[in-house]
Amino acid sequence: MTDIKLVISSSPHIRNDESIPKIMFVVLAALLPAAFLSIYLFGIKAILLMATCIIVCMATEYVFQKCRDKEITLSDGSAALAGLLLAMTLPPSFPLLGAALGSVVAIGLGKHIFGGLGFNIFNPALIGRAFLQAAFPVMITTWDDPFAWRSPAVVDAVSSATPLAKMKFDQEFVPAQDLIIGFTGGSLGETSALALLIGVVFLLYRGYIQWRIPASILISSLLFGGIFWLMDSTQYPEPFFHWFAGGMVLGAFYMATDMVTCPITPKGYWIFGCGIGIITVIIRLFGGLPEGVMYAILFMNAFTPIINKYTRPKILGEVKK
Amino acid sequence: MGLLTFKSGIHPAYRKNSTEATAICAAKIPKKVVIPLQQHIGAPNKPLVKKGDIVKTGQKIAGSDAFVSSPVHASISGKVKAIASTLHPSGQLITSVTIESDEKDEFFESNPGKREYTDLSSDEIRGIAKDAGIVGLGGAAFPTHVKLSPPKEKKIDAVILNGAECEPYLTADHRLMLEQPEKVVYGLKAVMKSLNVSKGYIGIENNKKDAISAILNMAGKNGADIEVHGLQVKYPQGAEKMLIKAILNREVPAGGLPMDVGVVVQNVGTTVALADSIRDHKPVIERVVTVSGTGVKEPKNLMVRIGTLFSNVIEECGGLNEGARKVIMGGPLMGLAQPSLEIPVVKGTSGIVVLTENEIKAEKARTCIGCGSCVDVCPMFLLPTRIANFSKYDLTEKAEQFGVMDCIECGCCTYVCPSKISLVQWIRYGKGNILEKRKKIKS
Repeated sequence: MTDIKLVISSSPHIRNDESIPKIMFVVLAALLPAAFLSIYLFGIKAILLMATCIIVCMATEYVFQKCRDKEITLSDGSAALAGLLLAMTLPPSFPLLGAALGSVVAIGLGKHIFGGLGFNIFNPALIGRAFLQAAFPVMITTWDDPFAWRSPAVVDAVSSATPLAKMKFDQEFVPAQDLIIGFTGGSLGETSALALLIGVVFLLYRGYIQWRIPASILISSLLFGGIFWLMDSTQYPEPFFHWFAGGMVLGAFYMATDMVTCPITPKGYWIFGCGIGIITVIIRLFGGLPEGVMYAILFMNAFTPIINKYTRPKILGEVKK
Repeated sequence: MGLLTFKSGIHPAYRKNSTEATAICAAKIPKKVVIPLQQHIGAPNKPLVKKGDIVKTGQKIAGSDAFVSSPVHASISGKVKAIASTLHPSGQLITSVTIESDEKDEFFESNPGKREYTDLSSDEIRGIAKDAGIVGLGGAAFPTHVKLSPPKEKKIDAVILNGAECEPYLTADHRLMLEQPEKVVYGLKAVMKSLNVSKGYIGIENNKKDAISAILNMAGKNGADIEVHGLQVKYPQGAEKMLIKAILNREVPAGGLPMDVGVVVQNVGTTVALADSIRDHKPVIERVVTVSGTGVKEPKNLMVRIGTLFSNVIEECGGLNEGARKVIMGGPLMGLAQPSLEIPVVKGTSGIVVLTENEIKAEKARTCIGCGSCVDVCPMFLLPTRIANFSKYDLTEKAEQFGVMDCIECGCCTYVCPSKISLVQWIRYGKGNILEKRKKIKS
């Protein structure tokens, strides 16, 4: 009985079974409904785009870690997730070479320049998307009509304006209910809020996303957008439009909640989210671009450290000095 | 009855079902006991016996003149075989008295007259607590008579009895409340009398409904003002500060003690010991120990003599299972892993939990991804990931500024960390550095 080798370590001696790979793969799984819907809408183009982004993101991670003589962490799923998220932000007929370039930037510049997972300041997928927006401004705003792939008579890449572009340039507002179901022009993951929300329900149930962030983004964009609508409803869209148009659902639930780049304090989540909501509305209504969620998130990512610093919770029993 | 609780915390698997229905049974008197001379927080004791002496059960074998100290008594009758340094469950080498049993278990006669707390003064109750070697039996082992002697400027208006028992596996307090509710309440009343407090509270987690009703029955008797509260089942509900927050909604100030908010907290086991010492002149020579975990063949609640070796206790529970790899004194969240089974049960041993290979698989720590899970669960509202990092890189000032010294080491943060970072271990390291620095400044 006494010759058993006993293990000694510091308490606690039990841990729950959460882990980083588990989180990443569950988030990947949550994106599946939206991914399948995009394949249904855009066909083989969607499959190729997603595959390209995922594979190149993983390859980039491998090369960076190999060159820096670091442990290869492909199995944690974070590179694959960044790839899928990037693909979700791209229009269906975006050139694959461009998507590959964006993936290299996302993982290389967005993640590994800072030291890899956990150290990056900005959301890698959005860094990739921002790069592509700057490098290929025309291609990234060329949209396919859904189902175009099914009618062979139609030539490739029939461009159709997205609801946001319609709002911006034609003062034409697509009703919110059309946006919820999807089937409107847009990027892979922008077309159907419903498909994305199916995954969100699952993630919220598992506690993998901070509800305070999407809640504050949605509330602040609703209120802030509502002010302008009340002022002039012919020039500004109804407030709920902001919820379901463009990358709002994808951004609020999947991008802004990226654990690495969002704050860690309860108050911080609210400030972070409200900042994103307000900046998104400002860019959409007054900026030069139709869509603003991406820049709003990247902008607030930069504030995460300072938000954390000034929103430290009051320790139980702490006496104000 | 609404359940009270605190904010944050975790819900680990409680795994109490293997012992919660098993009545406390007396363990065999061991052939040999090893009694560490220090089993409390405070000044060290000096031995009062020497090698070769014959001692009787309950005889005082070590003591100190210091106020913050607690004497130690022989737990069996027999012959003192050795007085030497041995390994204490805390990991330190402590002078201990080894007694070889004469198998008679003869009691040391002191003053056999019956006493009741109602006939005693505050000072007399404190004196009895000190002489009987009563310390916090919940695990902290702080001398009880010191808790009963708050400085004059601290006005105490409430006594809370801690029956939360929030650690997984442990059911010792549960069984005590169920089987000896009269003693639990008697002890509480004695504590209240010695502190001159009229208001008592008992907090019990709601997974012990039978104990709640047993205590409720007893508490109402003889018109004492004792409130029994069901508590939400959540770890660390039994931590002093969480308990006070839940029951009285008072916050113990950072760096302070419960008495700073007018509260004294006692464990239910402690009050049972106090009741025994008052009525039966019985010092602390035994305690209830939950022996459980997947590594133990027959989990049990045993009344064990202080100084009994873990190996004897485990033998009495059918021995270890194949694959047993970790022996913990206390619960799995705050307990201490032991390097061997030749370690004695001390007054603070609430349980012996044995875990098997696949439960303790040490996963490699990854980098922090800033998920904030640790912040979500910290019952002290700290930022565990930050203070652990500051500690790791010896940024002691930063760590202090972020409240590292307020950490109660409950382990919630480490439990939930998806990166499997040993946050509490780094925090302890940081605390150790700070304490050392403070000591240097003092001297």
